[in-house]
Amino acid sequence: MKPFRYERADDVASAVATVTDDPRAAFLAGGTNLVDLMKMEVATPGVLVDVRHLVSHDIEDLPDGGLRIGAGVSNSMVAADRRIRRLYPMLSQAILAGASYQLRNLATAGGNFLQRTRCVYYRDIATPCNKREPGSGCSARGGHERDLAILGASEACAATHPSDMAVAMAAVDAVVHTQGPAGERTIPVNELLRLPGDEPWRDNVLERGELITAVDLPPLAVAANSRYRKVRDRASYAFALVSVAAAVEVADGLVRDVRLALGGVAHKPWRAFTAEQALLGAPATEENFHAAAEAELAGARPLPGNAFKVPLAANTIVSMLRALTEEAR
Amino acid sequence: MDVEILLRVDGKEHRLTVDTRTTLLDALRERLGNTSPKKGCDHGQCGACTVLMNGQRVTSCLVLAVAGEGAEIVTAEGLAEGDELHPVQRAFIAHDAFQCGYCTPGQVVSAVAMMREAQAGWPSVVTEDLDADVVVLDDREIAERMSGNLCRCAAYANIVPAIAEVARP
Repeated sequence: MKPFRYERADDVASAVATVTDDPRAAFLAGGTNLVDLMKMEVATPGVLVDVRHLVSHDIEDLPDGGLRIGAGVSNSMVAADRRIRRLYPMLSQAILAGASYQLRNLATAGGNFLQRTRCVYYRDIATPCNKREPGSGCSARGGHERDLAILGASEACAATHPSDMAVAMAAVDAVVHTQGPAGERTIPVNELLRLPGDEPWRDNVLERGELITAVDLPPLAVAANSRYRKVRDRASYAFALVSVAAAVEVADGLVRDVRLALGGVAHKPWRAFTAEQALLGAPATEENFHAAAEAELAGARPLPGNAFKVPLAANTIVSMLRALTEEAR
Repeated sequence: MDVEILLRVDGKEHRLTVDTRTTLLDALRERLGNTSPKKGCDHGQCGACTVLMNGQRVTSCLVLAVAGEGAEIVTAEGLAEGDELHPVQRAFIAHDAFQCGYCTPGQVVSAVAMMREAQAGWPSVVTEDLDADVVVLDDREIAERMSGNLCRCAAYANIVPAIAEVARP
């Protein structure tokens, strides 16, 4: 690990100012990803500004029926929250499908969005990687492709976003609150995380020094009938090959509302807008589920080592929709 | 860069000066001589370094000592009351729930925390009814909830019954 200075700021504004003004500075919250990357010298901040005690550790009811999760709430507490278990079960399940209890007790709601890819080349400083070292090239294409993206990748980068929580957050149209050098703003989760394009080192749209302070879950009736399924190489404690967050509401045999998002397939949680559009108002049949999944994956550009993800994602979408609509019947 | 910190470990306070790069695990082992948390992977993947921090199990290898300042830390060593071992420790001995023993302190601390989480009604990813008030720690639940603790000797066949004996008396 490279030497660094550790600071506890007195308030969010001074933490933001420190990180804005010093390009070597970084925020520290749970540290489960950052400290690990520092050990491997993938991340080499010269200053760590500890913000965990500065941001809210509470989950509040919002007047519109939604919930506001403070950025400092641990992943464990989000997953265990009674309201979230009842109103947004796919979010509880997504979090519980990720990492271990030990890590979820440390990791925060805000930090979870900002964890870096687990692409093995990003984490190995001996190999070229455009995300870690802009312009150095991509070692992953033609290398270990199993974990790579099938949707929205670029020549420069085919890494996937590792979060399970963020997939469910994308499905419910969660919105993050931030405080940065230009003041406060809100950003929908679906716009917070980005595709790699020709700037794969930018995982998200946050400015230097901009801190996530809370996440809002909007009221969403369909989310009460939702599930998260994660397909992985071992039964627990592994990253997703493919994951699906799904919510569906059926009335008179027709799909009244639906939310679908995929994990493990792209540089960001992949909200399946095409499939949702195909399903809205359509009969809730196996045939339509297949057609919607195929429409969503029509744009997939798999590599030789991850082509299996295309049928895996389609089949997982279909089986989730089948299970959720059978339960609702 | 050196900083002075206060660590509360197994009921005792320690003031020490550490480099900011020191993890809680290294501070416990190398500076305080408490070698019950073990260094396995040092990347949060194996669970051998599990300790309780303010009552919750965490991987001490990913916590910077300076960030753990003031927190209440309990290691496997602190679970026993004097010579009286914790029920989970006794169950591990009774069931021979280890071979080399390197992962054992982490397993024991993790199991103690796991039972408290279940008592608080925390679900796991294999919990069928997410809304249930009471968690039944069957073998499947125990395996999932202990999946953050790896055993290279694969003593799981005895670890699960040891935990089950305490969890479902």
